[in-house]
Amino acid sequence: MADAIIRAEGLTKNYAGGVAGDVLAVDDIELEIYSGEIYGLLGPNGAGKSTTIGMLTTRVIPTGGSITIGGVDVVAKPALAKQLIGVVPQSNTLDRAMTVFENLEFHGRYFGMSGREAKSLAAELVQRVRLVERSDANVMALSGGMAQRLMVARAIMHRPQVLFLDEPTAGLDPQSRIALWEILGDLHDDGQTIVLTTHYMEEADEFCDRVAIMDHGHILALDTPANLKASIGAGRIVVVTATGDLDTLAETLATKVEGAHQAKVVEGRIHLSVDASEGLLPRIIDAAEAAGASVRDLSVSEPTLESVFIDLTGKDLRE
Amino acid sequence: MTTTTPPIVSTRDPHRLRELRPAGQAYRAAFRGLLGRDMYLLRKDGKVFLARTIIQPLLLVFVFTYVFPKTGQSVGGVQGAARFSTQLIAGVMGLVIVFQGIQAVALPLVQEFGVSREIEDRVLAPLPTWMVGLQKIVTGLLQGLLGACLVFPIAYLVPATPVHLDIDWPILLTLAPLAGWVAGSLGLVLGTKVKPFQVPLLFSLIVLPLTFLGCTYFPWQDLENVRWLQILVLVNPVVYMTEGFRAALVGNIPHMPLFAIYGALIGFGTLFTWIGVKGFENRVVT
Repeated sequence: MADAIIRAEGLTKNYAGGVAGDVLAVDDIELEIYSGEIYGLLGPNGAGKSTTIGMLTTRVIPTGGSITIGGVDVVAKPALAKQLIGVVPQSNTLDRAMTVFENLEFHGRYFGMSGREAKSLAAELVQRVRLVERSDANVMALSGGMAQRLMVARAIMHRPQVLFLDEPTAGLDPQSRIALWEILGDLHDDGQTIVLTTHYMEEADEFCDRVAIMDHGHILALDTPANLKASIGAGRIVVVTATGDLDTLAETLATKVEGAHQAKVVEGRIHLSVDASEGLLPRIIDAAEAAGASVRDLSVSEPTLESVFIDLTGKDLRE
Repeated sequence: MTTTTPPIVSTRDPHRLRELRPAGQAYRAAFRGLLGRDMYLLRKDGKVFLARTIIQPLLLVFVFTYVFPKTGQSVGGVQGAARFSTQLIAGVMGLVIVFQGIQAVALPLVQEFGVSREIEDRVLAPLPTWMVGLQKIVTGLLQGLLGACLVFPIAYLVPATPVHLDIDWPILLTLAPLAGWVAGSLGLVLGTKVKPFQVPLLFSLIVLPLTFLGCTYFPWQDLENVRWLQILVLVNPVVYMTEGFRAALVGNIPHMPLFAIYGALIGFGTLFTWIGVKGFENRVVT
């Protein structure tokens, strides 16, 4: 069993006195993140993911609870904890006045490296994130993907115990996403602990060792992607588009279709979880038509983290 | 909540980690690094620094102490143009330092907070957040001193009427850093309070009154005839800088008592540093 590198207990953030009154962004969550894993916080916008990352990275002061990273009390000793973390924030925070190389070099200086050490490490890193040709370019001239890779290089330069990324692939084109995940994959292979937030379920599914599903400031489920998907207990998810009273139809399908577990109406469509079996679709259509509804479209898929989220909250992850 | 299973973790050698450095050592290194960054950019953009620092004092000294005397316009009252030129240099010195506080601290911070958000990375350097704010004050102080040095060659070369500086070194060497501190900390206060769209207002509502009513062009004691103004300008920290430079550079011109100058500058510096550092912390940590 690996050691927990991050432990948080009763972690709470209440933004008091805002325009909308008190906002309980994160409500009493527990975290135990192990050394070497990629841990994903998955949830829709406003779920509390960024606030959670903010608290873990000393930028947001919790209104309750405790956090330790590598044994350092983050709330009591944020300045010390900053030595242990590397952060890639949501927005581009590169030093606009400097070149790619200088951004890395001075980051090294902030973390106590000698000039020579910082320079040689910066040279190594521009290579690692494939920005050698851009070394002397001003960071304003970088594309979104390049800027993101440079921010990753900067965040790992001081060899942090944990690398945090807040929505690392948001707004990136598919190629840049792949390039970024290659780099993160290499880091993972080297044993780097990575904590990230995302609202892309495919990414969480494919790359994370464990995923915490968040909504409204709570962690609703936490497990490996495979176990999360298995937790639904259904082999297939069928999304039914139909006319008529959907709530009644959903109830009918859940009870009448053989092998069906449950049905939920989400965004004007019925999500039916069923065991995988032969002749499934005709049975669904028959059951629907017997109930007087007309089926417009059916789509069958294996359960995804999206299905898990719908199962847990009754709503779509993308809304 | 579903149950937690042990994670799949890489079995390779553990990631090579840096030792946790003692707090004091890490703070000092980070502070030096941040200051080094500002000084590096100052060198890198040396021409920009020179241009933005030198033009204003150069024009002021040129117009008031070269053009005016040459065109027969008398400025400076009974004791004539020479006295005016000499005491204007002290005012210009204060002016240059205040402008550095704005240009080296306030304006970059307004950008970094409001537009680029790069301050978010700067505060992840391994030192307490308040020290990042303090570091900005030191940058303002150093650039202010550098700017003040540039006034000497201007004073020597430009005026048509000779400038007689009578330098009191102990005063100059204590007063200049004090003035730089007040300007840098004022820069931090403004940098954390002003939004990007308010920058034009910053100049018209704050910088101009501060400098025009900062006893730059006239000694404070000459305001005796406009008593209400003489009292009103006492809230202006620039007054104590320019009066201080008069004491430091021009011995024979009456100036405010030294204890008032030093006392007020220390008071303003402490106040601005406190407000600035608090404001800085509140902007970056929620």
